[in-house]
Amino acid sequence: MAEAVLDERALDNTSDDPRRRAPLVLGANDLVTITDKVCRVPEAPRMPRAWYVALCVSAAFTAVLAAMIGYLVFTGVGVWGLNRPVGWAFDITNFVFWVGIGHAGTLISAILFLFRQSWRTAINRSAEAMTIFAVVCAGLFPAIHVGRIWVIYWVFPYPNQMAVWPNFRSPLLWDVFAVGTYLVVSVLFWYMGMVPDLATLRDRATTRARHLVYGVLAMGWRGSARHWHRYEKAYLLLAALATPLVLSVHSVVSFDFAVSMLPGWHTTIFPPYFVAGAIFSGFGMVLTLLVPARELFGLKDVITLRHLDNMCKIVVATGSIVGYAYAVEFFVAWYGQNEYELFTFLNRALGPYGWCYWTMVSCNVVLPQLFWSGKLRRTPWVVFGLSLVVNVGMWFERFVIIVSSLHRDYLPSSWGFYKPTWVEILTLMGSFGLFFTLFLLFLRFLPMVAMAEVKAVMPRPAAEEPEHEVAARALAGRGGSGEPT
Amino acid sequence: MSAGASGRRLFGLLAEFRSPEELLQACRQIRDAGYRSWDAHTPFPVHGLEAAMGIRHTVLPWLVLCGGLAGALGGLLLQWWTNALDYPLIVSGKPLWSLPANIPVAFEMTILLSAVTAFFGMFALNRLPRFSHPAFRSARFRRATTDGFFVTIEADDPRFDVEGTEQLLRSLGASAVEWLEDEED
Repeated sequence: MAEAVLDERALDNTSDDPRRRAPLVLGANDLVTITDKVCRVPEAPRMPRAWYVALCVSAAFTAVLAAMIGYLVFTGVGVWGLNRPVGWAFDITNFVFWVGIGHAGTLISAILFLFRQSWRTAINRSAEAMTIFAVVCAGLFPAIHVGRIWVIYWVFPYPNQMAVWPNFRSPLLWDVFAVGTYLVVSVLFWYMGMVPDLATLRDRATTRARHLVYGVLAMGWRGSARHWHRYEKAYLLLAALATPLVLSVHSVVSFDFAVSMLPGWHTTIFPPYFVAGAIFSGFGMVLTLLVPARELFGLKDVITLRHLDNMCKIVVATGSIVGYAYAVEFFVAWYGQNEYELFTFLNRALGPYGWCYWTMVSCNVVLPQLFWSGKLRRTPWVVFGLSLVVNVGMWFERFVIIVSSLHRDYLPSSWGFYKPTWVEILTLMGSFGLFFTLFLLFLRFLPMVAMAEVKAVMPRPAAEEPEHEVAARALAGRGGSGEPT
Repeated sequence: MSAGASGRRLFGLLAEFRSPEELLQACRQIRDAGYRSWDAHTPFPVHGLEAAMGIRHTVLPWLVLCGGLAGALGGLLLQWWTNALDYPLIVSGKPLWSLPANIPVAFEMTILLSAVTAFFGMFALNRLPRFSHPAFRSARFRRATTDGFFVTIEADDPRFDVEGTEQLLRSLGASAVEWLEDEED
């Protein structure tokens, strides 16, 4: 019992004592135990039972996704509920939702790196993996929504027998370049960051097969200082490139709407508003994935309460920016005195899709305010619950923007109403299946924590610590580099 | 310790140090002793090691700049040639060639080519992938990716001399010194 109390105290690094820097890794960990802890997961002969259950469920949904896409392709887009005037609904909602999810991964890996936020090292690998899998899900929807999916390659500018080129003034083509670049850069950044850790797995391999597979993936990395020098430079450059890239991606996605003439879409605040929403939703998903993962794989001393605490702060900050954007939209609709725009916004809140609007406001603006409370930010099950709320809210945000603007535009005679068909609903659920399947496989085969990066920011053994830090720790009275005292 | 016995050429010496601090100290001494063909191996990038080893700045950022410029220029040329020249496309009565609409694609191409250059340039300059290396023959060296801090001094260094160099490494506080055999049989 006493031990459990000590353990809880040792795992709490959330106190903000200005006299000392909160340790990033807790417990009596050194370079070897950190390596063991992280490698144990991909090296284990079997995974925890929960992992198998989760994989079965998500693989089943992935199969549903494949079936729905097959049905769509063989039958035609009529299996979806799209018709005049609502030509975009679940498809593009899902696209924007998934692209947005990805943004938190790049924010953690690139922007927090440039800001020297060392706590990112424990979570950047899994967040980047999440980015890639989210972008894979996102890319699926524009591809399958075109109707004749077998000529989707027409979006690329390649010399062809028709002697025509794509229209580069169309934001839809900008999207192809933005999302394509985003996927390539995210994969390169993620893989490059993983090479030293793959080398660790190679050097620990006990079977020939593991040695070969991880050996090839590690490209012969041997931790050479001359290599590290160029590696760190490349890492910094990639972070500096990914930062404007991630801001551009959701800006370009928002151009799909903002460049059009439709009231409710034709808004100049869309780019920053979309980027804030993307980061907000992405952190929601990071928390949804990491709160269970740190419990399941015993990584509570690496992905600490402080990490959850920090991420919740970003959630409440970006959620409030999103709430501010909602308010500004209404203000401008009134202040601009454009009757069509004012109608669109009133219709959004009070019309037939009003319940979607209020779901969005409660999930994105109201409920995340609970994270002002430090106690709630440090209670993992509350964090997990609210992260699900954020995911729901942000999906509804995109649905509201797209459908409520389309269904009643300038001409009342052409108004309509949209309802999703069962195919669209199952396709959305299937995309979650694909996302979680990919993430579960990542947990199984690859190191989920960037070991080399964590090692570089680990607290040093007491003997090597400067004296003033030791003294400050004694004053603070808590286990400094984490030994339960 | 059987370089002669197996008949292979000596590649160099491998020395292990207990901590990054000891490694840094040793590297400064090896640098000052005038060695050129040598390297340190660490599980994570150790701060100050570049200076301690006298590593010069990499040319990589300049390559990335060239990649970025090529991307920007390529992106603009692509759009100008396809939409304004080869197949003039009039949209909303706008001029055939107007820069603002072409910025997003040019920007994405800039980022794409810079990032690809940074990734492949880094591995190319590091001469990776290289799946075989004399150090991989050492069981001890496997810890270089977990918690081991190593120095290798290669035999083709002009200052290398088996006894003298081994002596130097031991005097710098190496906890172990090993001979590495060359790869060719």
